[in-house]
Amino acid sequence: MHTDIRFPIGLLFSILGVLITIWGFATKGADMYKHSLGININLWSGICLTIFGVLMLAMAFKSQSAADKAKIAPEK
Amino acid sequence: MHIQVGAIDYAIMAIYVIFVLGIGWVLKRSMKTSSDFLTSGKSIPAWITGLAFISTNLGALEVIGMGASGAKYGITTCHFYWVGAIPAMVFLGVFMMPFYYGSKARSVPEYLKLRFNEKTRGFNAITFAIMTIFASGISMFAMAKLMEICHLFRFLHLSPEWYFLFCILVSGLIVLGYTFLGGLTSAIYNEVLQFFLIVAGFVPLVYLGLKDAGGWSGVQAGLQSVARNATIIAGSAKNYAPDAWTRSWAHMGSPSGNPMGVEWFGLIFGLGFVLSFGYWCTNFLVVQRAMAAKSMSAARNTPLIGAIPKMFIPILVILPGMIAIALTAHGGVSGFSIPLDTKHGGLDYNNTIPAMLLHYLPSGVLGLGLTALMASFMSGMAGNVTAFNTVWTYDIYQSYIKPGQSDKHYLRMGHMATIFGIIVSMGAAYMARNFNNIMDFLQLIFAFVNAPLFATFLLGMFWKRATGNAAFVGLISGTLGAAVHHGLTQPAGAASLVKGGWLGKVVYTYPSEMAQNFWTALIAWTICFAVTIIISMITKRTKTDDDLRGLVYSLTPKIKQTDIPWYSQPAMLGTIILAVAVVLNIIFW
Repeated sequence: MHTDIRFPIGLLFSILGVLITIWGFATKGADMYKHSLGININLWSGICLTIFGVLMLAMAFKSQSAADKAKIAPEK
Repeated sequence: MHIQVGAIDYAIMAIYVIFVLGIGWVLKRSMKTSSDFLTSGKSIPAWITGLAFISTNLGALEVIGMGASGAKYGITTCHFYWVGAIPAMVFLGVFMMPFYYGSKARSVPEYLKLRFNEKTRGFNAITFAIMTIFASGISMFAMAKLMEICHLFRFLHLSPEWYFLFCILVSGLIVLGYTFLGGLTSAIYNEVLQFFLIVAGFVPLVYLGLKDAGGWSGVQAGLQSVARNATIIAGSAKNYAPDAWTRSWAHMGSPSGNPMGVEWFGLIFGLGFVLSFGYWCTNFLVVQRAMAAKSMSAARNTPLIGAIPKMFIPILVILPGMIAIALTAHGGVSGFSIPLDTKHGGLDYNNTIPAMLLHYLPSGVLGLGLTALMASFMSGMAGNVTAFNTVWTYDIYQSYIKPGQSDKHYLRMGHMATIFGIIVSMGAAYMARNFNNIMDFLQLIFAFVNAPLFATFLLGMFWKRATGNAAFVGLISGTLGAAVHHGLTQPAGAASLVKGGWLGKVVYTYPSEMAQNFWTALIAWTICFAVTIIISMITKRTKTDDDLRGLVYSLTPKIKQTDIPWYSQPAMLGTIILAVAVVLNIIFW
């Protein structure tokens, strides 16, 4: 099997995204956001990362199943 | 400085390291031969190699060096992209790749052997090996420095010197782990991963920095006071016109008008032509990424696909540097300024980006930013180390030391070379400590190695009359020429012999390190070019037209790719990319 790089990318970014989003929620209004000009940058980055990660995973699964179909086809 | 690296940040870094090692481990199961390990068995799709192609160079050089240069030289730093990298990448994809890929050479030195002779290849293999060691040493230095600033291992309570050594050892070990596990494929996969990490970590940084400075107009206002008070703020020798930091061409009329200290001629020919073409077209480290592509058209498109994101990377890496110096002058809401260099005086430019990360990013995203930096240093090291072990194994060991051994033997040698390369890099990391902007150091090395080599390639690929002996002598004289020039000149305020003037007498002092580098490159190139032509005229050709088929432009049948639509033909893609680059130059004129 050829290892589609979108799997590791999607997986890594989904994990990090979810982690950072939860962390963003947990630290809402915390003191440390003074440095990021009062913006809860964790929450926003986390959400964006998760979307990106899931998108990559979806694309990888889609092309994977397409490749599987193509493999089965000639045998018929 | 406020530093809070929390548990969540460690967790993010740990997840990344586990991932990287995991990828290496998964890929290792599909690595059977030395060719798999060293050149990926030519099986990777174009968009992956394309991103890897630019990520290789998105290491310490780009992330720390470009940020440092953005602060030190302002928007003129963008010339590294819009005059330098982009045209060179297009040239590589459209004109040079057919020879590299078509010749079936496994490395750049091997191409030299096919085109010229054994000697030329040997010389290039050795200088290249030395260069990769320096380059990976620079990444290692940057990584150790980052760990130092973040106090990542503060629980060890080591003295600063031991701490630095410890950081270097740690970064060496991580790279060793992942190159060892997966070879080039693993390195390429991680480079792509790292590309996205950098984007994820730097977008919030640029956003917050811009907001703090009061938007682009706030940055411009800050940069104006930087330019007018450059002696105080940027530690330069004189003050400049108010828009010297924000206009890329307007002050290129004379070296004294812009902070980089170069004029248009040195810029276009030194940087644009010699250094950039030399780097992108002959540096095996980057060319190797394209050579790993799965087909000729994928190989040609690799640098072209890479060029598209490359044009916009300045927003992520140069802009923060400019924001940082603007804030240092004006002060933002949050009071950020570039830290001072305690050892050499003035601002510590290398520290610009790490300091910004620590200042703006709260725990959480901070971990992401630090991971991105760490990833880029690791890929910088790993990329150089994989290039080093390919060249060492094929071009030095197999060719001169022990030819005719089993494939298994060379695979083991590849592993040994990896370890050896990392150990020597540690020494080079200590040398890099002498430069307050690592970009200056890197360009210096390129001026010695890549600049003359590009002349050799140009003649080799486009002039069938160029002979092997001429190429060899030309290459040596070019490198010597660079050495003599470097030995006789100095940048203003140089204290260390690494920066030049080591021949005892300084005949010329350049306004900046970068100007000196451009001219070193220009001189090396010109000498190599002239000497190769002259000697070619008086020596006999040893290779017939038949030998050179597929290696020289005029003797190679033109490739017609009818299987791909017109808009993704290399020439068409190249033209579009160049047009966009011209527009960027005009916008920021």
